[in-house]
Amino acid sequence: MIFQNIGFRLIFAVALTSLVIIGVFAYFNIKSQTGSLISEVERHANQLGETVIASTRFDMMLNQRDRIQETINSIGKQPQIRDVRIINKVGKIIYSSDSKNINKMVDKRAESCYACHSEDRPLEQISITERTRIFKEHPELNRILGIITPIYNENSCWQADCHAHPKNQKVLGVLDVSISLAEVDKTIVTREWEIVIFAIVAIIAVGLLIAFFVRRWVSNPVNDLLNATQQISQGNLNFAIKDLGKDEIGKLSSSFNNMTKKLAEARLQLFQSDKMASLGRLAAGVAHEINNPLTGVLTYSSFLLKRTKNNPELQEDLNIIVRETLRSREIVKSLLDFARQSVPRKSKANLNEIIDKAISVIQNQLSVKKIKIIKQSENNVPPITVDSNQIQQVFINLFVNASDSISESGGTITIETKQISLSPFGVAQVKNSTCPKRHSLMDNEFKIDGLPSLKVKIISGGKEGIIHLDPVYGKHRNLYQPEIKIDNETKFLCAVCNTSLVQQNKNCPKCGAPVLAFEVDGQGIYEVCSSENTNWEKWDFVDSAGLKEYIEIKISDTGCGISKEDIPKIFEPFFTTKGQKGTGLGLAVIWGIIDNHNGTISVESEIDKGTTFTIRLPLSQLK
Amino acid sequence: MNQTSNILVVDDEKVIIDGIIKICSLEDYSIDFAMNTSAAIEKLSKNYYSIIVCDIMMPDGDGFQVLDALKSKNIDTALIMMTGYSTVENAVNSLTRGAIDFIPKPFTVDELLSSLYRANKYQQIKKKQNSHSNGKSDIELFYVECPARYYRLGYSSWLFEEKDGSVLVGACDFFLATIDSVAEIEFLNAEEQVMQGISYLTIKTTDGRMHKIHSPVSGTIIEVNENLKSNPALIEKNPYFDGWIYRIIPRDLGYEIENLIPCSSDRLQSNN
Repeated sequence: MIFQNIGFRLIFAVALTSLVIIGVFAYFNIKSQTGSLISEVERHANQLGETVIASTRFDMMLNQRDRIQETINSIGKQPQIRDVRIINKVGKIIYSSDSKNINKMVDKRAESCYACHSEDRPLEQISITERTRIFKEHPELNRILGIITPIYNENSCWQADCHAHPKNQKVLGVLDVSISLAEVDKTIVTREWEIVIFAIVAIIAVGLLIAFFVRRWVSNPVNDLLNATQQISQGNLNFAIKDLGKDEIGKLSSSFNNMTKKLAEARLQLFQSDKMASLGRLAAGVAHEINNPLTGVLTYSSFLLKRTKNNPELQEDLNIIVRETLRSREIVKSLLDFARQSVPRKSKANLNEIIDKAISVIQNQLSVKKIKIIKQSENNVPPITVDSNQIQQVFINLFVNASDSISESGGTITIETKQISLSPFGVAQVKNSTCPKRHSLMDNEFKIDGLPSLKVKIISGGKEGIIHLDPVYGKHRNLYQPEIKIDNETKFLCAVCNTSLVQQNKNCPKCGAPVLAFEVDGQGIYEVCSSENTNWEKWDFVDSAGLKEYIEIKISDTGCGISKEDIPKIFEPFFTTKGQKGTGLGLAVIWGIIDNHNGTISVESEIDKGTTFTIRLPLSQLK
Repeated sequence: MNQTSNILVVDDEKVIIDGIIKICSLEDYSIDFAMNTSAAIEKLSKNYYSIIVCDIMMPDGDGFQVLDALKSKNIDTALIMMTGYSTVENAVNSLTRGAIDFIPKPFTVDELLSSLYRANKYQQIKKKQNSHSNGKSDIELFYVECPARYYRLGYSSWLFEEKDGSVLVGACDFFLATIDSVAEIEFLNAEEQVMQGISYLTIKTTDGRMHKIHSPVSGTIIEVNENLKSNPALIEKNPYFDGWIYRIIPRDLGYEIENLIPCSSDRLQSNN
């Protein structure tokens, strides 16, 4: 279970890596320390051997055996030195610090002698390591380092009076010094422990540090993201992840927030459309049912009106009935118009004038509540085709809401109007495209997101297939053939006449791959990079048509704000925070009107700070 | 008005039938009624009616069934559909299927009477036409048919597509032949929106009646015929050319043209 946790996995991986690295390091460290300690002892023993030989040389010359034995005894008494002995050329121990060993024979084939005496090889000069041996006399005893120093024949030896040694003999015997390694071994064990403890502490420290950072930078943010996705999947689209910094996870979280915000907006708009449609059906049903009784009233009353032409008194009353019934007829008609999201009576109008009119309608109400209106409008906002009455109603409703939200002590309503441009990228669609020989490239059978795709035949590596390209400029939801690799040699053809669709003398500015060119009827050339991995697209005609123009109106108040829970509901019909005072239809109607004008409305709000409604109306209708 | 103007009212609500009976008693119509489609079709097979006033939505079917029964019997009875606003599209559709008019509910006495008046006239003209084509070879001209390449909504209004994408609309001569001479015309204004099947012009005739003409198309009026405004008689003199009413930018002509009848098809029929 715990291994499913990404934080634990990371910590585990890092700890394992550091364990291996520190372990290897510790192993070699111990090895090199042991080696240097032993070689130090070796050097020391060697020096000791040389010293013994040098100090007994003179006595040997004079063949003063007692003095030699004395010297060896005194050296052998030193605590570290276990044994000092001199062995002659036939393997007999002639001097030894341990008197029991004197005159004993040493087996040439024993471990300590083998280096020189292997297979009757004559004794020669050999290196210090070959002269050294480490052994244990008994498995439970300490290790012992033995070093053999050969005693060479020299002029004075065979010229001496005793004539003990012939001239042709090279080595006269060996000095064997054995030193106990107890102290050294103790030191090595201590060092080993030190290093092991250091390694364990280091691994734990690294693990803890990594755990801390992984928790801080990975686990916690990932858990936050996970929690957020769970919230979203439970339908809470207003859930926002708190700021997670500027790293990749931070960026992921902010793009996640952005995505849910867009999703919430889209859902809201969809929801609104749905609500409006069902409300429309309800209204249509009600209106239809009311029509019949209303017909009865109208026919009878207008009939009576005709019948009583001589009775002016009655005429007067009947006229009222007829007039009011006709008014009901208009109300039902407008209800049905609403149901059909009826034809707005659009004409060119100046938004600033409409806003001024709306303000003048509720001016009294505002001045009573000590509300100041601040207008920050661009003067040159172009006229826009709207239904002036409906748009005026939108503003009046928004102003009334704003003023209701402002407390008795007063406040301000700010109205900002400006022209903005939004890119057609991701909106414009290729509706009809032909190859140079006028065959249509549109595939109505194969749709991408509900729109007919662009069909291109490809030949690559002896394989032939069809790919479908997204007709929406900038969306790039292309469908390739996974089994056919696309490279710079691939041919892109019209499926009917095999004419190449690759543009001559042009390469993708992003990746250098060939560029496909699609002639769009009356709308220039739509270019797409042929590579699967590059999403470069260009449509000069659409780009040059420029950004789509909108008029943006922001209405901000300093009122009580709307709570986060309520924001998604405010455009719903019959939702109200005003209790008995409101019908809950105001914002729903506003939404319907703006939607009818192909515009959008959005809201931002903070409790006790205020609310801002942003309306965007297109300057020209989308084709 | 002659006594033979026999009317059948079909509606599932008694109050509406009673109301229509009362209204018709103001002018000399004789009335019969049926409360559902099957009863209406049964009555049709037994009696002859010059006019039928029929609700579109009924418990056991719809007005189209009555219309189809009428067509299958090849009777020259004029059928007026009644409908609420919510089924304007149905009503427009009924015009292409042979109904001569529709009146949106609720209606006033005058609205019903003027529709009945036109239906009566229509029926008389049709009758005369039939007797003429059966008997004599020189057909007396009762009205000018709309030119080829024109479209018409029922028999009341016409539409002509201009090259620039706008459409001209006007009143058919047949419609004008069913009303008294024009005294006054009430226009909508430029920039106003019209909807297919909703009235866009009111003609006041010398006999004091008001006749509303349904628009053949939805869209925005961009021009009103000023000549016609200053000289209402023009609509009678030259209904298809100088007597046009509005120039309109249509909203969805491709869809709405399905509800219109190409005038060229009329010529084929009359030649046969």
